[in-house]
Amino acid sequence: MLIAITAMALLAGAFGLLLGYASVRFHVEGDPIADQIDALLPQTQCGQCGYPGCRPYAEAVAKGEAEINLCVPGGETVMVSLADLLGRDPVPVEGGEAKPKAVAWIDPQECIGCTLCLQACPVDAILGAAKQLHVVLREECTGCELCLPPCPVDCIHMHPIATDLKTWKWPYPGTRPVAASAPTQVAAN
Amino acid sequence: MSVHRYPQPSGRSRRLWRFHGGVHLPDRKALSNTRPPLRAELPGRLILPLQQHIGEAAEPLVKAGDRVLKGQLIGRPRSYVSAALHAPTSGRVTAIEDHPVPHPSGLSAPCILIEPDGEERWAELPEPMPDFGTRDPAEIRERIRWAGIVGLGGAAFPASVKLNPGRPIHTLILNGAECEPYITCDDLLMRGRPEAILEGIPILLHLTGAERCLIGIEDNKPEAIRALYEAARGDERIEVVRIPTLYPSGGEKQLIYVLTGKEVPSNGLPADIGMVCHNVGTAAAIADAVLRGRPLISRLVTVTGGGVAQPGNFEALIGTPVADLIRQAGGYTGRGDRLVLGGPMMGFALSDDGIPLHKAGNCLLLPTPEEAPDPGSALACIRCGRCAEACPVNLLPQQLYWFARAKDLDRVQDFNLFDCIECACCAQVCPSHIPLVQYYRYAKTEIWERERERRQAEHARRRHEARQARLERLERERQARLRKKKAALAKPPAKGDDPRKAAIEAAKRRAAEKRAALAAQGKTPRNTENLTPAQRRQVEAAEARRAAAAGSDTQE
Repeated sequence: MLIAITAMALLAGAFGLLLGYASVRFHVEGDPIADQIDALLPQTQCGQCGYPGCRPYAEAVAKGEAEINLCVPGGETVMVSLADLLGRDPVPVEGGEAKPKAVAWIDPQECIGCTLCLQACPVDAILGAAKQLHVVLREECTGCELCLPPCPVDCIHMHPIATDLKTWKWPYPGTRPVAASAPTQVAAN
Repeated sequence: MSVHRYPQPSGRSRRLWRFHGGVHLPDRKALSNTRPPLRAELPGRLILPLQQHIGEAAEPLVKAGDRVLKGQLIGRPRSYVSAALHAPTSGRVTAIEDHPVPHPSGLSAPCILIEPDGEERWAELPEPMPDFGTRDPAEIRERIRWAGIVGLGGAAFPASVKLNPGRPIHTLILNGAECEPYITCDDLLMRGRPEAILEGIPILLHLTGAERCLIGIEDNKPEAIRALYEAARGDERIEVVRIPTLYPSGGEKQLIYVLTGKEVPSNGLPADIGMVCHNVGTAAAIADAVLRGRPLISRLVTVTGGGVAQPGNFEALIGTPVADLIRQAGGYTGRGDRLVLGGPMMGFALSDDGIPLHKAGNCLLLPTPEEAPDPGSALACIRCGRCAEACPVNLLPQQLYWFARAKDLDRVQDFNLFDCIECACCAQVCPSHIPLVQYYRYAKTEIWERERERRQAEHARRRHEARQARLERLERERQARLRKKKAALAKPPAKGDDPRKAAIEAAKRRAAEKRAALAAQGKTPRNTENLTPAQRRQVEAAEARRAAAAGSDTQE
């Protein structure tokens, strides 16, 4: 009896030490799940999920504090991939359909150079200085619309990104492409 | 997947390999290959898309109103994988603007519009390089790049890039298979200008370092085989190979397998197995560029189908509107129900005939409803597996179809979607008329889009993090400054250490030193020496007042 208790106690102690050592030695900084979630998010930093950016939302989801359906720009795709990653059930995306992609554009006639939009932009995509004309770097703009509310003169407008030859996609079969279904002119000749 | 012996133009037989699947199609080539190619008339205007190739669009070098000469460089390649653009004739640039381009989307893209002046005056061309054998390959590649040559078989990949494989090459393959029905432009080129193709081969061999050249031609083109065989007889490096007619043996990887029995690895290039493959038309264009200093400004194009009155081939300038070509082919018969650029298997429909011919445009097809019947709406897949039997790449088209239909973009890649060459064999044999290739194309572009978005998201994340880091740093610096200021204020004024007192002391010291210095010179500091008479009067008045006051004081 005593031997058994001693043995168990010794074993427990040994494993405890081992685990304690391992938790120190193999300590992981940060939250790897949050990283994986963050990698799936569209990084618009728009805050439409109610968190101040994609990373905080990822952390909240990782902790189980937030639902996986809050990312509006990511839409269903992001929700489904989050559900896959976390083994949760898919839920309908809140906030409706994702808008078509757009970039901000500052009307040079109206901008007063107040720098408020500079401070709002999460990716430093607006260039300018006090009392100087501001301009949006199209390539860097994520279309988060965070610069719209602070503008005192409402001079920022969202311009949808036009499809060009490089970004054009074949439509899902059944939705016939415009080009392939317009033989009328040829036949008329 | 088998090896067999096949009779060759030399009279002997040769070992050839047979790829998996493929389909036998009625070739309908006799429609357009019975008369030699005609030179197309100069159109009223030329429309030159800046993007006619895989890679980045060319950068225009002219502006509206400029006069250009035939062969003048009007668009410069913007990056390594890009191609130059030349004026196909002399005339005036009327505009550089968006115009519908030959693309399945039917979208408009920037084009240079030229109004020909009919003079056909040539620009100054670079000197010919008949001595290419002694020149540096890089110099010849630069010439090919200048000439704006892209793969003329349909893919339009810049030729100079393909000729710089960076790996040892032992075999050059020339593709004269032309396996798609209706198309005959390569056939007529091989028949009409075999010497131009053969002039190109030594240049290609020199550039790639290959020892031998195989020219693969399907046996439904006996005249072309004969012509090239006769022309190449003297050169033992070149072998003209007659191959059985089977669609898609003109696919790059399929042709390599048929000729050599070697498979190009998945996601790989022919260069990985020591081979480079070019279309016969590209070889002729390279000969023109190197030996005659001529850029690529025209090409052979087949105009065919029951929808045109006199099908045939035309040597047409790049940028010629499709309507001009159809008019010269006798015009519309009214029976065609579509206008297709490319062949019936891999071509795409054009939305109107104002679209110009581009460098990759090998065929304009106007099929009648009898020639290309409308398959009607797709029925359910019955899992018959005929698509898998027909697939020349050994894929499982049915699986690809299910996953593409379910928009499962990860699983569809697990089944090697990107090895699909979109040859449409599977759709051709499908008894349910499912537009399989459309599903694959949809899935491919969707995956590219997803990749693009992922890259953009990653970029945005980095920028956001950089901004966060900057804001934190600024905040830290501000805090540090505040702390310093606070600490300075909070310090109790030590005795004799008060800065204000110290400053007063220092000023007193300075004044005393100054006085001492003046005293040493025997001067007393006076400021009453250079006074104006008015000031002096005021001083005297003040002195008088003072004296009077002193007098009155003593009186009291």
